[in-house]
Amino acid sequence: MCGIAGIVNFNNPENKTCLITRMIDAIKHRGPDSTGIFEKGPAGLGHARLSIIDLHTGDQPVYNEDHSICVVFNGEIFNYPDLRRELINAGHRFYTETDTEVLVHLYEDMGPGMFQKLNGQFAFAIWDSTKQKLLLGRDRVGIRPLFYHETHGRIIFGSEIKAIFKDESIPRKMDIHTLSDIFSCWSPLGSETIFEDVHQVPPGHYAIFSVDGFTVAPFWQLSFGVPCDSYKSCEQWMEDMGALLEDSTRIRLRADVPVGAYLSGGIDSTYVSSLVRRKFNNHLNTFSVGFTDNRFDETVFQKIAAESIGTNHHSIHCSDNDIGELFPEIIWHTETPILRTAPVPLFMLSRLVRENNFKVVLTGEGADEVFAGYNIFKEDKVRRFWARNPSSRIRPKLVERLYPYIFSQENNKARIFLEGFFKKNLESTELPYYSHLLRWQNTSKIRTFFSNDVIQNIGNLSDFTDKFMGTLPEGFMNWEPLSRAQYIESTLFLSNYLLSSQGDRMAMGNSIEGRYPFLDYRVIEMAAKIPTEFRLNGLTEKFILKKIAHGFIPAPLVERPKQPYRAPIASCFFGKDLPGKHQLDYVDDLLSEASIKRNGYFNSKKVGSLLDKCKKNSASLISETDNMAIAGILSTQLVDHLFIRGNSFKE
Amino acid sequence: MSDMKEKIRSFIVENFLFGDAGELKEDTSFLNDGIIDSTGILELVDYIEENFGIKVEDDELVPENLDSIKNLEAYITRKTQSAA
Repeated sequence: MCGIAGIVNFNNPENKTCLITRMIDAIKHRGPDSTGIFEKGPAGLGHARLSIIDLHTGDQPVYNEDHSICVVFNGEIFNYPDLRRELINAGHRFYTETDTEVLVHLYEDMGPGMFQKLNGQFAFAIWDSTKQKLLLGRDRVGIRPLFYHETHGRIIFGSEIKAIFKDESIPRKMDIHTLSDIFSCWSPLGSETIFEDVHQVPPGHYAIFSVDGFTVAPFWQLSFGVPCDSYKSCEQWMEDMGALLEDSTRIRLRADVPVGAYLSGGIDSTYVSSLVRRKFNNHLNTFSVGFTDNRFDETVFQKIAAESIGTNHHSIHCSDNDIGELFPEIIWHTETPILRTAPVPLFMLSRLVRENNFKVVLTGEGADEVFAGYNIFKEDKVRRFWARNPSSRIRPKLVERLYPYIFSQENNKARIFLEGFFKKNLESTELPYYSHLLRWQNTSKIRTFFSNDVIQNIGNLSDFTDKFMGTLPEGFMNWEPLSRAQYIESTLFLSNYLLSSQGDRMAMGNSIEGRYPFLDYRVIEMAAKIPTEFRLNGLTEKFILKKIAHGFIPAPLVERPKQPYRAPIASCFFGKDLPGKHQLDYVDDLLSEASIKRNGYFNSKKVGSLLDKCKKNSASLISETDNMAIAGILSTQLVDHLFIRGNSFKE
Repeated sequence: MSDMKEKIRSFIVENFLFGDAGELKEDTSFLNDGIIDSTGILELVDYIEENFGIKVEDDELVPENLDSIKNLEAYITRKTQSAA
């Protein structure tokens, strides 16, 4: 795992090595073990290495036999032993033991056709000095990041945006349309980033840059719309998927350093850890994070998991104060506004892994998208059922089962009101984004905090939904509703929030590589063929996975209702229990009237009222919407502070 | 607009609309217009219990009583009169 950066300039012969050195230095946390730089003609490539495979000869860049092709690579190609054998049989000579080297030879033989052969998590850049072409590629679901700024004749790219901003000629301007998208659906759309003129290669895409210009093309698409294999029995699915998950876990253990695992206390990570411990490694180390705020804490289940599997378990607790203090550093890594604080505990978790001298962890990420685990899928199903008889008094009761933490004892009074909330747009079932409409409507309420300038330029929620509709694949409305919801969730949220802000950036911030057995493309493709009744059976989510896990991991972990991973927000910045409040001076500074007015993104009066409300009641009784607004406004101000104005998170 | 309505209105504007009354009328539905979200309802109950000296019973927590300025005024008036 590593960081990459580079420049190709056909316009003039700039000295690239100096700038690339600074770019690599900016993302040194991704690869502290060694660096390498290549410069020849119009191209320069740089690499910061975290040594995991072939510790001795694995330094990059890596070349083909005659050095005409050069690669810098971030990630892992898990099927590289097979590819290496094939390539050697075809006459290629290897000079390292790395997975990196298969890339240059595959490219020689196949060009961009090479992506079909790769099973992995990757972002890489190949410079072909014969054809004078740059190839950028990114894995199917966007586990590894790849950003770029492209102008006529010149491209500059890197694993993180902070590397690109080392080039002082790059404009640093907040893209208010992306800001508005984040304040609607929680993440940027597609190739966008929060900065104008900085883009990312979308998941499952590659880009080619040459004197002829710049093109981006897909090599893979999420497969949710494929016809289901309805002839297969449940038992057959369990057998086939069980075998595939075992293989996808096995190949993710390939490393020349020890591999640990995260344990969240849910079924996904427990299943992966159990597989590893039983089949491949009986000295497994596991890691988990709990919360001092017990509304969010899953420590009890993490303990059950660790004890039942028999791992060497390490855990850490995250307090409100930790979140408040670490938030600026977290935004330095996410490089985007976020409406959640949930990345912070994951940063603390990867730090714990690092302190125990591990570099690689397996996680359960992806199972909720692939096997239909999220509440939003059930909510869609319940609301469709309710919409067939909107006046039913019984049908809405099903909603309560989905959100025990909303319909909690303390909210018991508000039951009928809460049902009313879930009844909004109940009968708009023909909308392609029916599953997500409530979430978007609820979220977009925080757009009211934007300044008049911003509001006049961004349009309203229906402009967002129109734009999103334009990205949907052909025949989308012929898919089953569950497949539609899974597609939307995976397209919007998986890569541009979960795998980035909560995934890659939080792990790499502490030089840790995450690996995701559930996001093996073979698993995604097979799971898409599972009939919807075996994905979401009644209101049992992840049905096939639960069946597979049953008897394999402790029953309480299989049968417990899914608890969404969440973290406190308002109490971390305004709570009455925070010790040493002076440490949160940055909150006062960045949310001050002067600072809000100077940046111009938000309405200073409204932000002032929100702050008063939070301070007045010490952040208790703060609604979900207000919590999202606080995280969103503060993180936007931080993005401005850190990236537009170029300050350090330590200031 | 009555004093009570004014008082409720300014709470709604300050607390849920952050000073921007916009299109808020006395019969605007808090629920349908997204003024109050699924968790914000407790703030409203807390406010009327604190400020009007009434106790909201569980079975009274229905939109007919609480979902607009007008409904709130009628409900609170009914409650305070029956208590008197």
